Amino acid sequence: MKKTLLVVWLMALTAALTSVNAAAQGGGIKLNAAGATFPTPIYTKWFDVYHTAHPDVEINYQSIGSGGGIRQLQAGTVDFGASDGPMSDDQLAQSKFKILHFPTVLGAVVPTYNIAGVSGDLNFTQKALAGIYLGSITKWNDPEIAKANPGVNLPGADIVVVHRSDGSGTSYIWTDFLSKVSDDWKNKVGKANTSVNWPTGLGGKGNEGVTGLVKQTPNSIGYIELIYAIQNKIAYGNVQNAAGKFVKADLASVTAAAAADAKSIPDDFRVSITNAAGPKVYPISSFTWLLIPAQIQDTAKRDAIKAFLKWMLSDGQKYNEALSYAQLPKDVISKESKAISLIQ
Amino acid sequence: MSAAATSIAHEVPPQAGPRAFLHRLRQGDQIAHLVTLTFAALILLLTSMLVYELWMNSHLSRTAFGWNFFWTKVWDPNFDNFGAAPFIYGTIITSTVALVLAVPLGLASAIFLSELAPRNISDVISFLIDLLAAVPSVIYGLLGIFIVVPLMRTTLGPLLINTLGNVPYIGVLFRGPNYGVGFLTAGIVLAIMVVPFIISVSREVLLTVPREQREAAMALGATRWESTWKVVVPWARTGIMGSVFLALARALGETMAVTMVIGNAAAIKASLLAPGDTIASTIANQFTEATGDLYLSSLIELGLVLFLITFILNGLARILIVATERGGGRPA
Repeated sequence: MKKTLLVVWLMALTAALTSVNAAAQGGGIKLNAAGATFPTPIYTKWFDVYHTAHPDVEINYQSIGSGGGIRQLQAGTVDFGASDGPMSDDQLAQSKFKILHFPTVLGAVVPTYNIAGVSGDLNFTQKALAGIYLGSITKWNDPEIAKANPGVNLPGADIVVVHRSDGSGTSYIWTDFLSKVSDDWKNKVGKANTSVNWPTGLGGKGNEGVTGLVKQTPNSIGYIELIYAIQNKIAYGNVQNAAGKFVKADLASVTAAAAADAKSIPDDFRVSITNAAGPKVYPISSFTWLLIPAQIQDTAKRDAIKAFLKWMLSDGQKYNEALSYAQLPKDVISKESKAISLIQ
Repeated sequence: MSAAATSIAHEVPPQAGPRAFLHRLRQGDQIAHLVTLTFAALILLLTSMLVYELWMNSHLSRTAFGWNFFWTKVWDPNFDNFGAAPFIYGTIITSTVALVLAVPLGLASAIFLSELAPRNISDVISFLIDLLAAVPSVIYGLLGIFIVVPLMRTTLGPLLINTLGNVPYIGVLFRGPNYGVGFLTAGIVLAIMVVPFIISVSREVLLTVPREQREAAMALGATRWESTWKVVVPWARTGIMGSVFLALARALGETMAVTMVIGNAAAIKASLLAPGDTIASTIANQFTEATGDLYLSSLIELGLVLFLITFILNGLARILIVATERGGGRPA
């Protein structure tokens, strides 16, 4: 028994040593990347699958947040970054080198709630969501909520608003939508941001923190990532889109949001697709981006990054749906494929 | 005594110069002196580098807001307007609540363990308390979310609103909507976290009080309680205060457990049941996604403010200890 164990152990050791040796001899390309937390599961999957197919390329991704990703990219400590919100004009102007945006997958943010006696999916008008988060709609039986939900017995209880306490891409998408649909929001709270000065409510840390608070607190509402809601089987409401239809978020309605704007997408891909036009569109959707320097001196690294981008846009997209990320629409993929040549 | 002194005098010639130094080096004295001095100096260096870094990196925020940073009540990343007032308030309130709850509890436990409990029971309990002190703060945060928050929302909160809420003056602390999360919940969780520190250190200090002190008090006709409260505790006062300030330091800087139960709202509310935020919790929440330069700089200045608060409170602690020692109690 002991002998077998020893043999197994020795074999494992030899295997480990040879693989280390192989990696060292191959002189493989190591790429460092850092940024957004929201696409971490799919990025990890991609980098892992890609490494298996191309053993000489190894990509190490640290999900330190979009802000951190942008900072590290600008400081030159990573080869490329990742962000849930596109970089602003100011940020690009301040950067010492040109940075390109490449959309990778689509995500969405959904409203989740906990109301005593209400079990079905609620419909939320754009005005209702903005009013609730501004603190101007304070009761669940407010006419703005009631008119979209005929037949639902809404209580006259105070609404407990829950938002993210940590800076996050989820908040960015949520506030991007609110600032587009409500002038009040735009004037009082401002543009989309990872953290804003919330007019009302409690903060929960992470999707799990918001979900926890909503589950525990009667008559509360919060917002979470679609993926998180699907994976944890959390019920969420329908949101009214620009066409006036109430749409439940799913992979198809999120891809539809990107497809709706695909024709008018700018050449630098910095575009917000919240509240996109079209009857089937889920309005609180967004791209997430890889941030890649336009000029990469190290030719081996440059070729590796370009090859990975090509793979990501073709084979890579097949892994999206298993992890509940919506695929990029075809038009966006073909436009991005052309943009890869801009990396020099 | 004098024999020992002469033997040392024999080994170490009293003359100065390199020979004496080499001699002492061989003895190990000089090495020990150098090594310990270097390490002590490192602490000084570390502290000053910390302050230097915080000071330099908060330059943008300091020039933009000046002293207003301390009393501006708005924290708005969208309009680049930052003020620390809600977080300073939250930090001080939660730490105060924690100490108000933890000090009597901790001190009473320590007195029981050192003076009244049989030694073997005392040792077992002390071991468990030391274990509690080593539990990661996120565990206390979970304890807060799953036990303290629901308790607060359904039972304790309404109870406080209906009783203390009607009392004049202090009633204002227990009014308004009760979400379960807020200053008081954070204070309670902090109290649970810091109590082991107070008990553990205070017990050790109480145990060092010489037995003669107790015997003398009893010989004078004091009861057990009188001997404990009037002789043993005053003797150990400095050490007990040390334990309290250790607890305060942990409460001020606690991040994870607080952010999980405080509600994270940048607001100053009189009610202890209202949601708020602390300095440490804000930095932890927002640092990774802070993109603007002024935003980042303001978060770093928050760190500087926390350092300042800790510094001031520690200074006050020193003054308090010196003052009480002058007032008598512990013999020199």
